[in-house]
Amino acid sequence: MAVTTVAHHTTAAADTNTGGSGRTDAQTWGLIMIVPYILIFLFFVLYPVLYGFWIARKPESYVKLASDPIFWGTIRNTIIFVVVAINIKMLIALVLSGFFTAERWWVKALSTLFILPWALPSIPTILSWRFMLNPEWGIINQQIFRLTGEDGPNWLNDPTIALGFSMLVHVWKSLPFWTLILLSGRLAISKDLYEAASVDGAKSWHLFRHITWPSMQQLYFTCLILSMIWTLGDFNSVYLLTGGGPADLTHVLATLGVRYLRYDQIEQSMAAIVVALPLVLPLVYILMRRLGSNSGNKP
Amino acid sequence: MKMPSLRDVGTEAKLLLIGIPVFLWSVIPVYHMVLFAISPKDSAFQGHLFPEHPTTRNFMTVFKQQHHYLDHFWEQMLNSTIIAVSTGVLTLLVATFAAFAISRLKVKGGSTVMNLALFTYFIPAAFLAVPMYRTMGLYGLLNHQIALILAMVTLASPYAIWVFKQASDKLPVELDEAAYIDGASPLQLFRLVYVPLMLPSLVAVGIYALLLAWNEYLYAFLLLSKDSDVTLGVGLGNFLSADDSPWELLMATGLVYALPPAAIYYTFRKYMVSGLTAGATKG
Repeated sequence: MAVTTVAHHTTAAADTNTGGSGRTDAQTWGLIMIVPYILIFLFFVLYPVLYGFWIARKPESYVKLASDPIFWGTIRNTIIFVVVAINIKMLIALVLSGFFTAERWWVKALSTLFILPWALPSIPTILSWRFMLNPEWGIINQQIFRLTGEDGPNWLNDPTIALGFSMLVHVWKSLPFWTLILLSGRLAISKDLYEAASVDGAKSWHLFRHITWPSMQQLYFTCLILSMIWTLGDFNSVYLLTGGGPADLTHVLATLGVRYLRYDQIEQSMAAIVVALPLVLPLVYILMRRLGSNSGNKP
Repeated sequence: MKMPSLRDVGTEAKLLLIGIPVFLWSVIPVYHMVLFAISPKDSAFQGHLFPEHPTTRNFMTVFKQQHHYLDHFWEQMLNSTIIAVSTGVLTLLVATFAAFAISRLKVKGGSTVMNLALFTYFIPAAFLAVPMYRTMGLYGLLNHQIALILAMVTLASPYAIWVFKQASDKLPVELDEAAYIDGASPLQLFRLVYVPLMLPSLVAVGIYALLLAWNEYLYAFLLLSKDSDVTLGVGLGNFLSADDSPWELLMATGLVYALPPAAIYYTFRKYMVSGLTAGATKG
């Protein structure tokens, strides 16, 4: 508050006194202050990226990659992960963001618990999932045995189920984050719109279709794309739950690169990442257009 | 008092129909972790849903480092702390400077740098991990904690700069002009006007970077290798190296590892949500 009054107080004088040495001073200082980030970018982003491309330059790496059945399985898993899991996750987030707008004390209390998966580090919680799913001592199969007298399935030993659980764990972990973002999008919509429509007798589905969705559409698709890109890099949900197994059948691109690295096949490792770029770069481009261009002015 | 109408009851029922599964879904894996952490070994493995004889023995074993997986528990805890705090501080320094230069000083080429940072933010972190690992090797930093700190600053600062720039663009231009007229240098403007006004964003971003580093697994296990050098997160992952891992100890350690970031997150939740979603909901 105090600051704004000071600002107003001197605006008139300010016009006459810009430019000149103040500006060059600002440029010099600006340069000095931006240099640390530029150095970080050059040394730890640009150089590694260029070096990565250089490592992946040999055509043989791609031939080897293409002849590796694990690679094709990984591509398939990654696409399933990104297309299925992320769309389901964002749809649930959209529904839940509506749920959390309900003004009840217990919904508020629940929202505190709901962000637990996001607030807790993923390493111990994913390991907790892993132990729940253990075929012999895991709590799930113990309950199945108690109730039915039969042994439960060896969950993580079946590649389809194991991949499904990796997706589930990913959703479990990141759902709160996206729900919060969509919730803030919902709360930004003027209440007057809803009230006016309610007076006209609109049903809740109509409210959603004609008021909520048009206002949130942009945000929803931005989140969807962002989540898709980040999920390509979701190493933990797969690595800590299944380790890529059984028989390397549940790898995604994020874990495959590291797998090759561990077998000292760095060229193949980089090639696998380069191959994914045609998938990633268009999405990044769309996002840059969406978030970069209007970063100065309000949407 | 008014009797609830049938429609109200319907709405409440619908809310509960969502609320109960949401509750179970959010809590079960966490409850499972706690259950194991406070149960004696035999009871935990018999599949009891409630702790029969709750005990703190597992935690004592962890704190006294009485298992070979836990030989470096305190060192790893310290490593995690040093790395997380350094990442937080360095990210704040680098990102506030950069955002100030771009947004307030309008440095030439600032928008290009902003776009490069944004681009970095969108690269999946796991894709950068392999080339980063090799590059750190070339720089001779591999197996030094500074490598992990620098990597985490690299990952955290693009988003940090972006959030700062969004917040900073909202401050009135007149502010800078006023300060210049009073004879302030850009550095004084930064220190006396900009930083105090940006405090909520600084808290949010500092915590974001700190938690990012504390929670990191992939980079930590690639860039560091000695048991006494790694973070507690990597130490947890190492429990998986054998089939007969002591789960109750793993879960107890996991809980100890999870508590500090959760406490920080919940304490600063208001900042986190407003500071970070303000950036994310743009566009």
